[in-house]
Amino acid sequence: MKNILEWIERSAAECPDKPVFADENGEISYQDFLNCVQTVGSAVAGYPLRKCPVLVLLPRGIRALTAMFGIVYSGNYYIILDSEMPVPRMKMIAERLCADTVITDGKLIGRAEELSLKRVILLDEALKQEKNQTLLHQIRNEMTDADPVYTLFTSGSTGTPKGVVITHRNILSYIDWFVKEFEIGRDTVFGNQTPLYFSMSVTDVYGTLCSGATLHLIPRSFFTFPVKLIQFLNDRQINAIYWVPSALCLLANWKIFDYAKPLYLRKIMFAGEVMPVPQLNYWMVNIPDASYANLFGPTETTDICTFYRVGKQFEEGQTLPIGHACDNCNVMVIKEDGTAAAAGEEGELYARGPFISPGYINDPEKTAEAFVQNPLQSAYPERVYRTGDLVKVGDDGELCYLTRKDFQIKRMGYRIELGEIEAAASAVKGVYSCAAVYDRIGEKILLFYSGEKLEDAEIIHMLSVHIPQYMLPEQIIHIDSMPVNRNGKTDRTALLNIYQGGKQ
Amino acid sequence: MEQLIGILNSLKPGVDFANEKNLVEDKILDSLTMVILAGRISDEFGVKVTPLDITPENFRSCADIMAMIERLKNK
Repeated sequence: MKNILEWIERSAAECPDKPVFADENGEISYQDFLNCVQTVGSAVAGYPLRKCPVLVLLPRGIRALTAMFGIVYSGNYYIILDSEMPVPRMKMIAERLCADTVITDGKLIGRAEELSLKRVILLDEALKQEKNQTLLHQIRNEMTDADPVYTLFTSGSTGTPKGVVITHRNILSYIDWFVKEFEIGRDTVFGNQTPLYFSMSVTDVYGTLCSGATLHLIPRSFFTFPVKLIQFLNDRQINAIYWVPSALCLLANWKIFDYAKPLYLRKIMFAGEVMPVPQLNYWMVNIPDASYANLFGPTETTDICTFYRVGKQFEEGQTLPIGHACDNCNVMVIKEDGTAAAAGEEGELYARGPFISPGYINDPEKTAEAFVQNPLQSAYPERVYRTGDLVKVGDDGELCYLTRKDFQIKRMGYRIELGEIEAAASAVKGVYSCAAVYDRIGEKILLFYSGEKLEDAEIIHMLSVHIPQYMLPEQIIHIDSMPVNRNGKTDRTALLNIYQGGKQ
Repeated sequence: MEQLIGILNSLKPGVDFANEKNLVEDKILDSLTMVILAGRISDEFGVKVTPLDITPENFRSCADIMAMIERLKNK
């Protein structure tokens, strides 16, 4: 196999009438989906675009998925935009990509036009076009498994997002491991929680296509209403979920299983942040027949590089291991001096093998920093990825996650670099200096600023112009002057002390 | 009502809760805020808010939330 589209074609041949995707509004069979994506592919291929980035500005749902795979058929690669993302951030992404085309619908066309790109394609118009099999065939002949399928943006420390390029080979290798390890098959019914612009969705979307399974996109609002969520899982007979720990914790914190229970769940997987033991135990006690797995990895390894099957309950205060490398992926723990860490020694996690992205789009500098020659061998060129995560191998031989090397934090599975919040806050009129600090104890993003004293609401409003909601600070603190350390840098420890002192 | 608006303001600064009628559809009350909100209501109004009470109908506006609190008080 060399192309992810072969999965759609194979499943459409083997189980044409089976639903592949379902959202709040309806469902679509493999055969109909194949027809739609080939039609959209033909329409997009009608433009002089090949191996180009094409933006998708559509709400999470079957239509967004149709646009995504239509773009792949057209010989281009897709980028999903969060439709709630502020326009300046979308523009930043479009500029970084040098994109000139966006696919959208009648509702979002206004926002799409604000991007001032050369081409705005309406999905409904594209779906009305004739399929051109000759053209699609010709495009496919020129494709290789090293071609990109999509680019996914993560938040960058300088305030500029980084676009991770992912190829057919990356996805084919990664999904091959995933479906074998977790025995994903035609009887699997996924309940998708993560947005399509987040790397975790790659796993359940492509896992579905590859195995002829069905994926239900759970509307985000259902997570606010826990009983409705459980009813949805039961109505759709969902038996596999791959969610961020926050979503699992949410249900545990509600003590939801006293009121409603999922009847079909057998596979429970999670990734994106640390899963707390008490909440995991709550799940394991209440749904004892399910298997549980902790997956770990960055967008740069397609989604995951290590995993741990949770075969027993852990004690509170213990941390779940991140386990060991996936099949066809390999990880190394490297010390500051570039040598391999021994068991129990702390080091940075490096990953190598076919899950590794070729690099960041239009960013040779960042690519060269993160994708480096394997420090453990110099005989031949071999690019490996530095995750920036500090880990060690524990007594049980399993890898344990310690912390991020830099200030980057994770929340609800989203990667947030505080620099990006600061970049937005600096833009607020009246703010002289600012610093975003993460209070690890209270798990809060704090924004300190000096300058004119402003209303919190005003600052939040101004920040929302630049950064998505999940990045907004929980607390805004005005200070007379910014404390600095001896290097003249903002003293973040002093800021945390101000905050913690003020609380007492 | 003022007490409730106080709680809401502390959870989500910058929203005009007294006049907002679509807390759910406008995505002001997200999943995390809802957990904290239910806890604070339980603590500060002396009622027991369970997942069964967490429905879109009960949380559209401040008035809806107050009505739910009154119902729970009389339980």
